[in-house]
Amino acid sequence: MKLFYALITGLVFGIGISLSGMMDPAKVLNFFDLAGTWDPSLAFVMGGALIVTFVGYRLVWRRDAPLFEARFRIPTGTAIDRNLVGGSALFGIGWGIAGFCPGAAIPALGTGRWEVALFLLAVTAGFYLRRLLAPMQTARAAS
Amino acid sequence: METAFTPFTSFGGGLAIGLGAVLLMLGLGRIFGATGIMSGAVFITSRAELSWRLALIAGMVLAPVTLFFVTGQMPVLNVPVSPTMIVIGGVIVGLGASLGSGCTSGHGVCGLSRLSVRSLVAVPTFMVTAAITVFIIRHVFGA
Repeated sequence: MKLFYALITGLVFGIGISLSGMMDPAKVLNFFDLAGTWDPSLAFVMGGALIVTFVGYRLVWRRDAPLFEARFRIPTGTAIDRNLVGGSALFGIGWGIAGFCPGAAIPALGTGRWEVALFLLAVTAGFYLRRLLAPMQTARAAS
Repeated sequence: METAFTPFTSFGGGLAIGLGAVLLMLGLGRIFGATGIMSGAVFITSRAELSWRLALIAGMVLAPVTLFFVTGQMPVLNVPVSPTMIVIGGVIVGLGASLGSGCTSGHGVCGLSRLSVRSLVAVPTFMVTAAITVFIIRHVFGA
């Protein structure tokens, strides 16, 4: 039941991504191209999503626990550190180069386009790269 | 290339994206961050952590086909980016999003609606670097 619920949840999110235009790199890159062929559509995506989550999360949190788990797992960190700022800056650069982000590319995989699979493989390589960098960061912090 | 301004379908898609995020919080008590969901399916810690992620990803991937059966149309996907740039962008996206602990869905949709301090820093950071990147690629190099 929990897995079926997760499947439906992913489907709802993915249909939202499909309708919104987020999985179309041409549209994403135009959203950022303020000096050129600017298309502000994606601001409406973020607006619509935020209205629902802002209200919906607060309604859900009135419960003591989620339906299928013992407790809510919500990030609690507040540190504004180099990883957060540098990582986010890098993410934006990559997003601006490729026009895909992970949340849009996963549903886009369902269109069968090879470019999407290539992008997601590269993202996975980026995850591994971060793992390789982690011991180096720890070593530098200790020295 | 120009893309059509689609405020209504983008807003509607955004509402569904938000609904997916709220459903995940209601059922499994998690934020809907594509980077965390994807990296959790790549670096497996336990079967319990893997299974719901795979179900969620399966639901997301099924979205375009589901939409095709309902509307008769696949989502539009134009990729004005070369394979090389998709790979470079993808690696940077994977590295940046894992260093910064989130992307458009995790920091953008879920983090902003939780009023997370880290997300309030991350989102403007990646929006600005994405816009600068697109400006440089399109208007400095003229690609």
